[in-house]
Amino acid sequence: MTAPETRGIQITNFRKLYGKTEAVKEVSLSVERGELFGLIGPDGAGKTTLMRAVCTLLVPDGGTVLVQGRDAARDIAAVRARLGYMPQRFSLYQDLTVEQNLRFFADLFQVRQKEREGRLEELYRFSRLGPFKKRRAGALSGGMRQKLALSCALVHTPETLVLDEPTTGVDPVSRHEFWEILRAIQKEGTTILVSTAYLDEADRCDRVALMHEGRIVAVGTPEEIKAGFRHVLYRLAGRDARELRRFFSGLPQVHSTQLFGDAVHVVFAKKPGQSDWEEWRHALEGKLEHWSPERPSVEDVFLELIGSGR
Amino acid sequence: MERRAGEDDRLYRNAGRKENVRTSRSRILSIAHKEFFHILRDFRTLIIVFLMPVVQLIMFGYALNLEIQRVDAAVIDFSRSTASRDLVERFEGSRFFRPFYFEGGVSQVGDLFKSRAARVALIIPSDFERQLLHASPVSLQVLIDASDSNAATLIRNYCNQVLVDYNASRGAQLPVPFDVRTAVLFNPNLKSSYFFVPGVIAMILVMISALLTSIAIAREKETGTMEQMLVSPVLPHEIILGKVLPYIALAFADAAVILFVGLLVFRVPFVGSAVLLVLLTTLYIITALSLGLMISTRVRTQQVAMMLALTVTLLPTILLSGLVFPIASMPAALQYVTYLVPARYYLLIVRGILLKGSLLGQLAAPALSLVAMSLVLLVVSVRRFSMNLER
Repeated sequence: MTAPETRGIQITNFRKLYGKTEAVKEVSLSVERGELFGLIGPDGAGKTTLMRAVCTLLVPDGGTVLVQGRDAARDIAAVRARLGYMPQRFSLYQDLTVEQNLRFFADLFQVRQKEREGRLEELYRFSRLGPFKKRRAGALSGGMRQKLALSCALVHTPETLVLDEPTTGVDPVSRHEFWEILRAIQKEGTTILVSTAYLDEADRCDRVALMHEGRIVAVGTPEEIKAGFRHVLYRLAGRDARELRRFFSGLPQVHSTQLFGDAVHVVFAKKPGQSDWEEWRHALEGKLEHWSPERPSVEDVFLELIGSGR
Repeated sequence: MERRAGEDDRLYRNAGRKENVRTSRSRILSIAHKEFFHILRDFRTLIIVFLMPVVQLIMFGYALNLEIQRVDAAVIDFSRSTASRDLVERFEGSRFFRPFYFEGGVSQVGDLFKSRAARVALIIPSDFERQLLHASPVSLQVLIDASDSNAATLIRNYCNQVLVDYNASRGAQLPVPFDVRTAVLFNPNLKSSYFFVPGVIAMILVMISALLTSIAIAREKETGTMEQMLVSPVLPHEIILGKVLPYIALAFADAAVILFVGLLVFRVPFVGSAVLLVLLTTLYIITALSLGLMISTRVRTQQVAMMLALTVTLLPTILLSGLVFPIASMPAALQYVTYLVPARYYLLIVRGILLKGSLLGQLAAPALSLVAMSLVLLVVSVRRFSMNLER
């Protein structure tokens, strides 16, 4: 058995039922210490349930959850003292100011007076919330709210940070900034478990787990995940993308098609030959102008995985 | 695998010892401090909290007048004697009654009541004068329309009062004609303000304590801030104490306002000990808060908390505590229910202290009832207070 201290988060055969519905089915997962780990999947995949169990907020219906070697269902106080959690919904006090919120959580976590002021300054600096100290949390923009929530989760300098969809509903610039901040926190040695429904955010993580309907369908680095793509992806361009898509989705060797702006992504069961392309170009009367192999994204892999499950 | 909050709590304490996480006074104060901010920020609620009792005092004081005056009284005089006329004049002389002679029979009294031509009937027997002279016990029949049982009780009391006066006027040397033993003490004029000012205090304290506390905790659950608070090493009783302390202060401030208005505007006497009143009021507030906590452990949204709190606190307090309707005139089954209403005990306490100057020893029974209620409610709600997101 691995020494528990070397593990960030270790989930073994975790199950959770809500009534008769199985929200999470026998999930095992291990997050290394100091890793930025992404839990990726659509709404209802069971991400929140899994994260709440890590945060000691849910009792498993089976299996165990260890956080830094401590059982999240039993050693509750110890886990809570070392964990920072940012729930999916903005859950700070909207009628309190930025500073009041931060100080309140510093009190709850009993951050020592000596360290407190320094820590607050640090948090104001990285979140750039310093100038808004006196503003009510309810009056902040979406991006700033998320940074405040993150600051509150970090006020006691936790060893493990759990973030439930922190970038949902945040504008692209703030999202980018938020991921930069997470990277900076990781550099300080914090283990981070973050969930997102945006599949393109997978590339921001060291490793990811793809979740679907209460199961983990793939785990690995974003590169490993993409390498697991079993089909062949092509990017096609032409005068009428819709017409192209219609044509290719009717072919027997095509697994799936997707519109990407002006282009069409087509997934083939196996690599088409040059003669095939000539034939298709002819059939489409010149509407097909350009085609090239495309590196699959995590999203393509995900769609492939859940598609093959049907 | 079902794990109850109590078990969590135990695990939690064990872990707490190991991790040296102890009850922190600063954590309680910090939660209380935050709660105060919420109260101050929510200015509208604050205004309602202080205006409502004043409005209620005015309502009870002027609109809902429990003093009954000029009640139509039908007199069926079979005696037609000087003595009987003298008695009727007594009734006429009091401001409570407006007697008129009714020529019909006793059997028609029911119709009088139905048409509301009279609410009380006085039937004087034909040998009334003879009975008076012979000093035998005099029989006099009084029929009261009890469709409004409250009013009926008052009318009966007023009748007794008139008859007592009548006795007194006949002097001690003469045999006492009527055997009436009712004596109205402490509130000889049956002033209803003496009655409702303590009642409004009892009602407002339950409102603030139970309703606002349960809403405040439900709000944390509803907006998700409870989730954020729970992942900290805070202990259940720290959350509870922190949330509850500001409302104790608020309840006291409100009680003071009501008492002040009551003493000043409605001239309610304050005979007893202020210290005892503060002490037992604290006890009552704690009971009401425990009720609020109990409610908050069962609900997830503010709206449900409000509905539930109103149903279990406000309505019973108004209807079943003896605040408006005397417990003695309720059906037996309901009288048993009143034992579960904290205001029932507090009304005994506050009326006792204000009007009679009762001492702690004399109020031991209601005080102990409140202690018992608080203990049961507190133990149950602390045990039920979930430290995770499971039900």
